Amino acid sequence: MRPFDYTRAHAPADAVGAEARIIAGGTNLLDLMKLQVETPDRLIDINHVGLDRVERDGDGLRIGALVRNSDLAADPAVREGWPLLSKAILAGASAQIRNRATTGGNLMQRTRCYYFYDIDAPCNKREPGSGCGAIGGNNRQHAILGASDHCIATYPGDMAVAMSALDAVIEVEGPAGKREIRAADFHRLPGDTPQRDNELQSGEMILSVRLPAPLGGRQIYRKVRDRRSYAFALVSVAAVVVMEAGRMATARLAFGGVAHKPWRVPAAESLLTGQPPSPELFDRAADAVLAGARGQGHNDFKIPLLRRTLGAVLAEATQESK
Amino acid sequence: MDVTLTVNGAQHDLRLDDPRVSLLDALRQHLDLNGTKKGCDHGQCGACTVIVNGRRINSCLSLAVMHDGDEITTIEGIGTPDDLAPMQRAFIRHDGFQCGYCTPGQIVSATAMLEELRQGWPSQLSDDLKNPELTDEEIRERMSGNICRCSCYPNIVDAIRETAEGAA
Ligand SMILES: Cc1cc2nc3c(=O)[nH]c(=O)nc-3n(C[C@H](O)[C@H](O)[C@H](O)COP(=O)(O)OP(=O)(O)OC[C@H]3O[C@@H](n4cnc5c(N)ncnc54)[C@H](O)[C@@H]3O)c2cc1C
Ligand code: SF4
Ligand code: FES
Ligand code: FES
Repeated sequence: MRPFDYTRAHAPADAVGAEARIIAGGTNLLDLMKLQVETPDRLIDINHVGLDRVERDGDGLRIGALVRNSDLAADPAVREGWPLLSKAILAGASAQIRNRATTGGNLMQRTRCYYFYDIDAPCNKREPGSGCGAIGGNNRQHAILGASDHCIATYPGDMAVAMSALDAVIEVEGPAGKREIRAADFHRLPGDTPQRDNELQSGEMILSVRLPAPLGGRQIYRKVRDRRSYAFALVSVAAVVVMEAGRMATARLAFGGVAHKPWRVPAAESLLTGQPPSPELFDRAADAVLAGARGQGHNDFKIPLLRRTLGAVLAEATQESK
Repeated sequence: MDVTLTVNGAQHDLRLDDPRVSLLDALRQHLDLNGTKKGCDHGQCGACTVIVNGRRINSCLSLAVMHDGDEITTIEGIGTPDDLAPMQRAFIRHDGFQCGYCTPGQIVSATAMLEELRQGWPSQLSDDLKNPELTDEEIRERMSGNICRCSCYPNIVDAIRETAEGAA
């Protein structure tokens, strides 16, 4: 690990616009600093700025950036009204990590691409212009949607996939003031600037995440991975389906493990909305989700895997009450 | 940088000349509490699990300077050779280890896990997110952050279940 200066923020204002890297739980940043993938000169510790509560916000909720993943997943209001979010968080990492990981840090976690982690390998995300080791290399974990010739990495997190499906809004503050970013728009596609994971600008800090009113219905987070627990998603599907008189009155879908951001396809959702469920329809929805999908070799399996996982999730979400 | 840690009930004032010291290295190298183990140093194995302010965390992925004023319990605070905690006795009775390297982390983690369960925290197996029960599957899921290279998992599960039932 490279040397750095350490300071402690006592209020969000100390960290907003600070010329220092924010550290929250530290579970991603310190991992990367030990490998010298991240080499900040200064750290500012935001663990004592408050922002650690889940509060009512009209019919919705406001989640502070420092709320720990385990507290958020266990929060009674979240379990009751937004079970998708609890399920997605509980599908991620381990109990020890969730006890430390924060809402803001989880959104900001970086890719798990092996070449990104290996400072001797080429990687445009870590070192712009150095090339991409994963294209033509080991790319079993990598993106099948929205990738570019510069980077095919995936956003690895689970929580943000649920937030995207739930139409959450991320509240951030920078030197120029506060602004809001839809969770579905927060992460970006790699394009020719893969070094930028998301829309947060330098000097900005995540303050909170707002959830709109509960959607009800069946809420499912299905995560497919190499082992049952404590592994990143190969493909994950977040779904909220509200049935009315045998038809899908609401259908929300978001996908993890397949792109540089949680993947949402409004066309697939409108295809389902107002229709009675059927395997054929689920297949057409999968076609819409997979429009433009392309494998890189080792990850070709993700294309049929996404189709089948979506089919299984929709079948479960629409079956007559158990 | 001055940091005060309360470890197993005793207060320690540490002077760290470098903020890079992890909580794990502070415990092992500055306080000579070698029970807590370093396996991967990257949050992947759980050997370094300690309880901070009532919560189990990986001490390798935390800086000591971030824990000023915190209360920490390590395996040395769970029980001693002359006065073993029920969880430690159960690990011995059920042969819940082979090389023993992961064991302090397993025992600290399991101790905190039972407290999480008492508070009704769900896991990804708790379908309705309510009223979790301590089935063997739940024990495995909730302990998935502790890897055992010797693969003593069946006996670890037995030890934890017995301790939980004894305490119920
Ligand atoms: C072994 C292992 C397995 C894991 N498995 C999973 C998994 O299956 N699914 C999953 O989703 N995640 C997984 N994770 C990742 C884990 O969820 C993240 O490490 C964690 O959520 C990061 O949160 P943190 O608070 O510790 O962030 P930190 O490490 O403190 O920070 C991460 C980044 O966020 C920035 N940041 C933090 N807070 C803010 C803020 N408020 N505003 C602006 N920037 C901020 C920091 O500057 C840093 O760049 C795993 C991690 C490990 C080590
Ligand atoms: S996929 Fe992206 S993160 Fe991975 S090596 Fe290529 S540029 Fe780097
Ligand atoms: S040493 Fe901390 S998790 Fe492995
Ligand atoms: S007993 Fe050897 S690693 Fe668990």
